[in-house]
Amino acid sequence: MTADLVFPVVLLGPLLPTLIVLAAGALVLLLDLLPLHQARELIGPVALAGVVGALLATLARWGTPGRAFSDMVVLDNFALFVNVVICYAAALILLLSMDYLRRSGAESGEYYALVLFATAGMMLLAAAGDLVVLFLALELMSLSLYVLAGLFTQALASSEASMKYFILGAFASSFLLYGIALMYGATGTTNLDRIAAAAAGRSHDPLFMIGMGLLLVGLGFKTSSVPFHMWVPDVYQGAPTSVTALIATGSKAAAFAALIRVLTVAFRGAQPDWTALLWIVAALTMTVGNVAAIAQSNLKRMLAYSSIAHAGYMLVGLVAGGMSGAGAVLFYLLTYTFTTAGAFGVITLCERARDEAVEVGDYAGLAERHPVLAAALGLFLLSLIGVPPLAGFVGKFYVFAAAVRAGYLWLTVAAVLNSALAAYYYLRVVVYMYMRAPESTPVAYTPSLAGALALVVALVGIVALGVVPAPFVDLAQAAVAPLVR
Amino acid sequence: MLLTAVTFLPALGGLVLLLVPRRVASAFKVGGLVVTLATLLLSVPLYVGFDGDVADFQFEEARAWMPDFGISYHLGIDGISLLLVLLTTFLMPVALASAWHAIEDRWKEFVVTMLILETGMLGVFVSLDLFLFYVFWEAMLIPMYFIIGVWGGADRIYAAVKFVLYTMVGSVLMLVAILALYYQHGAATGTYTFDLPALTRWVIPPGLAQNVMFSAFALAFAIKVPLFPFHTWLPDAHVEAPTAGSVILAGVLLKMGTYGFLRFCLPLFPDASLWFGPLVFALAVIGIVYGAWVSTVQPDMKKLVAYSSVSHLGFVMLGIFTLTPQGLVGGVIQMVNHGLSTGALFLLVGMIYERRHTRLIADFGGLWSVVPAFSALFMVVVLSSLGLPGLNGFVGEFLVLVGAFQTSPWLAAVATSGIVFAAVYLLWMYQRVIFGEVTHQANRSLPDLSPREWALLVPVVVLIVWIGVYPTAFTGKTEATLEALIAQVRAKASVAQ
Repeated sequence: MTADLVFPVVLLGPLLPTLIVLAAGALVLLLDLLPLHQARELIGPVALAGVVGALLATLARWGTPGRAFSDMVVLDNFALFVNVVICYAAALILLLSMDYLRRSGAESGEYYALVLFATAGMMLLAAAGDLVVLFLALELMSLSLYVLAGLFTQALASSEASMKYFILGAFASSFLLYGIALMYGATGTTNLDRIAAAAAGRSHDPLFMIGMGLLLVGLGFKTSSVPFHMWVPDVYQGAPTSVTALIATGSKAAAFAALIRVLTVAFRGAQPDWTALLWIVAALTMTVGNVAAIAQSNLKRMLAYSSIAHAGYMLVGLVAGGMSGAGAVLFYLLTYTFTTAGAFGVITLCERARDEAVEVGDYAGLAERHPVLAAALGLFLLSLIGVPPLAGFVGKFYVFAAAVRAGYLWLTVAAVLNSALAAYYYLRVVVYMYMRAPESTPVAYTPSLAGALALVVALVGIVALGVVPAPFVDLAQAAVAPLVR
Repeated sequence: MLLTAVTFLPALGGLVLLLVPRRVASAFKVGGLVVTLATLLLSVPLYVGFDGDVADFQFEEARAWMPDFGISYHLGIDGISLLLVLLTTFLMPVALASAWHAIEDRWKEFVVTMLILETGMLGVFVSLDLFLFYVFWEAMLIPMYFIIGVWGGADRIYAAVKFVLYTMVGSVLMLVAILALYYQHGAATGTYTFDLPALTRWVIPPGLAQNVMFSAFALAFAIKVPLFPFHTWLPDAHVEAPTAGSVILAGVLLKMGTYGFLRFCLPLFPDASLWFGPLVFALAVIGIVYGAWVSTVQPDMKKLVAYSSVSHLGFVMLGIFTLTPQGLVGGVIQMVNHGLSTGALFLLVGMIYERRHTRLIADFGGLWSVVPAFSALFMVVVLSSLGLPGLNGFVGEFLVLVGAFQTSPWLAAVATSGIVFAAVYLLWMYQRVIFGEVTHQANRSLPDLSPREWALLVPVVVLIVWIGVYPTAFTGKTEATLEALIAQVRAKASVAQ
């Protein structure tokens, strides 16, 4: 039977962006080993260059979809669009990290290497055309993030976050793996396209249904959907803030990309089933996230719950389905990433030492001390609320429009009421920054050049996406077009 | 281009002022005043160039914004929005000038916020695209939130958050209704558009869908008006806001609600408007009487004025939902009147508060002998607010009641009692504050109006008298629009049946 064994043509082109990031990661590890002091100074810039290079490679490949390794990696416009989001998030986090790590006394080469490996995992996850690659990419991303979450080995919360993230994450991965196994049993393949073909006409096969359910559990964990969200608050709070930002943006974007691809490609035939399921999950996710966020006094924890709520809004778009729904989710990912990364960026800059300036009370009177930082955080929060003309509003608008179009009126009503509810806790931070006097003696700090650059990029992003969203929405729609047929 | 210029000049000025270093506080005072006055000047050609005999939108501008979604940058004004645009551009410099000494810190932020607020409010009145309208409608919330929350009184944070949450809940439901309308219209006609004139030309089939969409729009607007029983945010917001904020809140923001009913609810959902008409009518009358009664017992002057808004805006709603020419013209004029007289009342209360740092009626008395000029102007404004013939308030309330009598004599009779109660609470307050003996020593040394205060009160009083004596100058611009609106509502409602 050896004659049947055909080795696929090795095409590295579609992997190029991922490879650039991986190469930069390897280079960082090498630089870290050199005994020269100057070499260490180069680590941050090299990492950043790797991500920017991947971004350029991604942009260069726009419009030329490629498949490699027997369709295991599919670098279509969808993956490219998500790559842009991921690269942006990674670049921003690297910019923020340089200064943050120095202040926290945790500067190390591993950090940058792990961020790069996680980024590579995310990019691969978005391009996974096969459940096996999906699993590998997910693990590459997750394992890097588990270590990053525990980077502050001196801080108990950081170790706790890492431990929780790891145990719960491993649990979710096993669900995912089990789902993949059942799916293989039901359809005889792990390729997304061929699963769809094999499942056609017999979507109510119990093996297939259970496999789908288990896959959704695994992905639901990574997208922080209720009821698989338990890890989120502790991990977001305990992890170093720059890592939290990466988990909240890049890893969420990648997980959503995988979810969209799996649902719209592999489970195309079972759409009514997963739509009904996701309807409930979306409503729960939004509501639980927002209600829990109201009670938080720790800013990182509040943003953790808020990120759960935003996952709920994106699920609304997935429920709506079709090109408008999936396109809206993709655009939402873009706006959400710019906004959330920016918000975490301000927190990173304000954080003086470990576990300081993360309570809402620490932001009292920030507008007096740092008008620019306060205004920036204010704008990011307003964008998270969805106040026009900022990016968050347009993102919500397209998602809700898709849901109304698909006839999910009640879900949309639940979503808009949730976003009104969310205004309360976001505005509370604004209240502290602008309307209260400082509670303790504040320490002066000036953001580094890299940090300032990161904030400026994020600010320009949320304003531009809010005022001229049309071209980006068109791109997002074009990106999902090959998936939604 | 004129409408774009008027709308965005304030925000542009605000952005420029943002670049000025904060050390020079006076630069912001003068700068803000210059920008708002320039906006006022720029809006005068709108009044002059507006043809009152034409019911259509004028000064129209349309440009594609998000063409795939049928969203355009479409501006235009008719007889209703013209008056409200003018009211906004007129009240802004007055409000800024009133803050001269009242606002002590963060002038830079204050002026920039006020200017962005002005752009938001003007945008609401000139947008002819539902998406664009919603953008302005929501965006304008945030500057007002800051004005109440940062520069307000003791309970300002509570008031600011309440204000935002209340209005936001109403407006997000409107967003769903806007989207539902968009897709219904698209499915029925094949054109997917947020363009208001295009949507208005379409006759929505009557029934549950129309009623639900009307309710969602109406809820957003009713909260803003505020229509009884959605008024509970108003006393807090008005009382806690600084004087300049109260003037703009009462003068302009509340009008957005009544404007929304005129611009969106009536023409888009004619059947639902007729179907819900009696309910709104009844709520308006309840608001008139309730607002008046609650005003009567207020010990705090600012609270009294705040509750009187509930009563006065009840008259506007009453006029609109009579769907008679007199009622509508009265309602629109009453919108302008309320902006002027209640704005002026807030100014006067603010002036006295600056002098004495109290607003309790019991802390005053006998002011006529101490501050005669203040008392005289206060008298004019009070009389205007209670509807004395010869001043502006009378014209509006009279026309509203004429319309209301044609629709429902009994409810109109009850509403008329609101005018009587207005006389009671306003005159009684005036009597306790101004007449009698000076009861508090601190009141003996109060300074009378300063030149700045004269300068900002006199234009308001001139307009109060002008509208009272020669209302045609303003009603003439709006009658054609309103008659066309009534004809449109009736025609569409009968077509649908």
